[in-house]
Amino acid sequence: MGVQDDAIVQTRGLGKVVPSGEGSLTILEDIDFSARAGEAVAILGASGSGKSTLLGLMAGLDVPTSGRVWLDGTDITELDEDGRARLRARLLGFVFQSFQLLPAFTALENVMLPLELAGADDAEAQARQMLDRVGLGARLGHYPKHLSGGEQQRVALARAFVMQPRLLLADEPTGNLDAATGGEVIDLMFELNAAAGTTLVLVTHDENLARRCSRHARLAAGRIVSD
Amino acid sequence: MNLVLRFFLRDWRAGELTALALALLVAVASITSVGFFADRVRQALTLNAHQLLGGDLVVSADQPLPAIYRDEAVARGLRTAEAMAFISMARGPSGAQLSAVKAVGAGYPLRGRLRIATAPDTADAEADHGPPQGSVWVDPRFVGLTAASIGDRLDLGDASLPVAAILTHEPDRGMSFLNLAPRVMMHLEDVPATGLVQPGSRIRYQLYVAGDAAAVEAYRAWLTERLGRGQQVQGLEDARPEVREGLDRAQTFLGLTALLAVILAAVSVHLATRRYVERHYDGYAVMRCLGARQARLASLFGGQFLLLGAVAGGLGCLLGYGAQAVIGLMLGDLLGTDLPAPSLLPALQGSVTGYVLLLGFAVPPLLQLKAVPALRVLRREAGAPRARPLLAYAMGLTALAALLVWQSGDGRLAAYALGGFGVAFLLFALAALGVLHLASRLGRHAGFAWRYGLANLRRRSRANTVQIVSLALGLTAILLLAFTRSDLLEAWQARTPPDAPNRFVLNIQPEQREEVLEFFRAQGLPPPELYPMVRGRLMAINDRPVRAEDYAEERTRQLVEREFNLSYMALPPRHNAVIGGRWFGPQELAQGALSIEAGIAKTLNVGLGDRLTWSVAGETFSAPVTNVRKLDWDSMQVNFFVITTPALLDGLPTSYITSFHLDEGRAAAMTDLVRAFPNLTVVDTSAILQQALSLMERMVAAVQLVFLFALGAGVLVLYTALLSSQGERIREAALMRALGASRAQVSAAQRTEYLAIGLLAGGLAAAGAVAIGAVLASRVFQFERYAPDPWIWAAGPALGLLCVVGYAWLGTRAALDAPPLTVLRQD
Repeated sequence: MGVQDDAIVQTRGLGKVVPSGEGSLTILEDIDFSARAGEAVAILGASGSGKSTLLGLMAGLDVPTSGRVWLDGTDITELDEDGRARLRARLLGFVFQSFQLLPAFTALENVMLPLELAGADDAEAQARQMLDRVGLGARLGHYPKHLSGGEQQRVALARAFVMQPRLLLADEPTGNLDAATGGEVIDLMFELNAAAGTTLVLVTHDENLARRCSRHARLAAGRIVSD
Repeated sequence: MNLVLRFFLRDWRAGELTALALALLVAVASITSVGFFADRVRQALTLNAHQLLGGDLVVSADQPLPAIYRDEAVARGLRTAEAMAFISMARGPSGAQLSAVKAVGAGYPLRGRLRIATAPDTADAEADHGPPQGSVWVDPRFVGLTAASIGDRLDLGDASLPVAAILTHEPDRGMSFLNLAPRVMMHLEDVPATGLVQPGSRIRYQLYVAGDAAAVEAYRAWLTERLGRGQQVQGLEDARPEVREGLDRAQTFLGLTALLAVILAAVSVHLATRRYVERHYDGYAVMRCLGARQARLASLFGGQFLLLGAVAGGLGCLLGYGAQAVIGLMLGDLLGTDLPAPSLLPALQGSVTGYVLLLGFAVPPLLQLKAVPALRVLRREAGAPRARPLLAYAMGLTALAALLVWQSGDGRLAAYALGGFGVAFLLFALAALGVLHLASRLGRHAGFAWRYGLANLRRRSRANTVQIVSLALGLTAILLLAFTRSDLLEAWQARTPPDAPNRFVLNIQPEQREEVLEFFRAQGLPPPELYPMVRGRLMAINDRPVRAEDYAEERTRQLVEREFNLSYMALPPRHNAVIGGRWFGPQELAQGALSIEAGIAKTLNVGLGDRLTWSVAGETFSAPVTNVRKLDWDSMQVNFFVITTPALLDGLPTSYITSFHLDEGRAAAMTDLVRAFPNLTVVDTSAILQQALSLMERMVAAVQLVFLFALGAGVLVLYTALLSSQGERIREAALMRALGASRAQVSAAQRTEYLAIGLLAGGLAAAGAVAIGAVLASRVFQFERYAPDPWIWAAGPALGLLCVVGYAWLGTRAALDAPPLTVLRQD
């Protein structure tokens, strides 16, 4: 089976087995999944169903035990770690449940980080603009510990979108936020997503959040049970 | 702006690098403070070599130099000047003062300038020549001791000469701490009138030579072939060997002292880097996730540490520069020459030290970052890479060993130092662990704060032990100087009985013996025992000529080059015990024999039956060693390395020497003695001892300054260790408060922990200092009794508490500041 032309991310026969105690534990088994450009896909499932593992494999943060992953047509299972990193830098944006902001960096510097790593000349101007868009133009110099959870996640969104990624991977983006704040963050995320035409793959067990996506894939015990 | 620099500034601003920077700063400052000072002294020796010498070449001997030496120099177009130096009494209006007399001829000094003033502490001016004939110059110390002033007449032997100026600078005087007596400078032509040149007087004859470098070199070559025993030549490159040797030794000692701070700083560097790395796991994973390649991140983090080394190293050099300036102020005037500004070389050495510390102690934990999986962004448990303790220990030990070898310039000394530090670390660590366990057991029945605090101590016993040991090592260094030094000094002074002799009288001529004894009787003083003394040179051992270059030790070389003070007697001197062979019997007395002191016998490798050949006043004789004596040097009695049977030295030029105890109230009697017998020299050993002690005080103060860096480094370990465990402490505090403990209870429990650390470190330091003192007392100084000052047991823990009190307050406040809910939610 080949690669779908319009798939930004695609997996075939993807499996992940980890050693556990005396035996081994199958986390994912034979996953065929793809997301086309511009799609918003929610991967749903209970805790331990393998959602985050799938996200990690699609991002090339981990290597599968079996199967393949294509990102924008490139088989990342054939790349080494640095090769995958290069691809991530070009294509991907991330939003995490625990925000993952660098504590020693201000909001502005956190947003500048991917631009700086990519060697952008106008990192600061771009980051300022992006933070303005997420409503934090007045809090550029604040450290993460001085920002609320919602504000931190908005910084994380700014960091993800400032690189204009083709694919945004979000792992339980509202998991650490109360319902109202979570709602605001999600509104913002979809707004940015729509404006940029980014493909969104979202992992969550929040049905309300999943409803905002155009497609739903459901995972249970390491397998896709509905798509 | 470079990305490395931006990352560095962000981490710096966020305080991520503070502890690391401080540790490097202390290490570099400690090393450079010693390095800069030694560099200045070394430069002074090189730059001012010919001034320090007074010429381009100096020939010296303890007998008059052959006239041909001077004539040849003149014939080669070189300038010459002559001088004589000896110790004598100078009597002024306020009494007699033991003085270092230097008689200088026309032309002296050939290099450098004398400076004179009309009174001490007034503006001085250069003088073109030494004191004119018929007058003397005295140095400010002489004025201080005798209150002499210009115009006063000084009696030197039989001559009476007026003081014409105060001598403020003498280029070739050398290190003043080697000069126990103040200077009196006179004209060479006035010496005969003093009548001070007599058999047995110890006089240094000097010929200064200066001129065209090539001619000086040629003259030196000519001279070297003709030098006789006891004659030495010093050029610019070997000027002041005693200063150079002293400097080398001092630098090795101070350098090793400085390394104590470096070693403790190494602990901080390791702890601080570990904390830094742990706090950067997430950031590293995020950056990997954002697409940064390993090589890029390695250069980012590596670059930051390189930059940190430069910044902390630079600041450390500045601090070291400041500290050396203070050392210079404390010790500089002892060197008798202006110290030039230091070169940059010690700064380089300091920076290298900083980087070696980073390489040995920061790189191993830093390498762990490479193993942080990008997946950590999704799963924290995917997270912390395994530490590689073997690699860390190997790199750390290698780095330390390299630094020690470099600093001591001697592999064996370095091995001893490393072993010593290692054993001290281990002993302290074992003791600390033992006490921690014991304390927590005993604390079970104590109140909440103590029980909880002590239990924590035990739970974190590894981290706490590192803190305690590091602080204890720093404190031990301080206590050693503050307490142990004076304990040892007291023990030494106590060994000398209160009625031990405190005056020596030298140069008593044979015909003056009866009159001198009569003088004592007339003064109501017990008549002292007079010992004959003959100056002789050791020519051969078992017919093999003695040559200085055959001996490795500089001290031994100087010893065999000098003339010995020989004595003769039929009965063994009191305070001496014959430990080998038998004292002279009738046969020895008839045939001639020698008695030798055990220490010098060992130094010269001479034993019973060996035949020594001596030259005295142009006559040569040989005799076998038939007994070896052990002396009690502390008795302060007149002692001789070599005693002969009377017949051997009979008829040779002899003077007499004696020592006796003079009550402090009778000091004036000595002035009368010198007035009655102007040629006699009276040495007040208690005054010399006092001067030596005050000199030692100043040196100790300088060493103490270097030790302060070690203490600073010890405190820093405490600080970095505290930072490492802060997260855990904050969580514990939050949990306790969530479970209903009051702020007061939580802070009391945490403070107990700090206080126990301070008390324990201080107590261990006191024990360490006492133990080192006891070893020194029995092994090095061979004291039978050594009683440490009991205050050390209070001072140690008190100092320990002082070091932790700031942390006890700050750390506890930090732990209590965050609301429990926020803290617990973060988990």
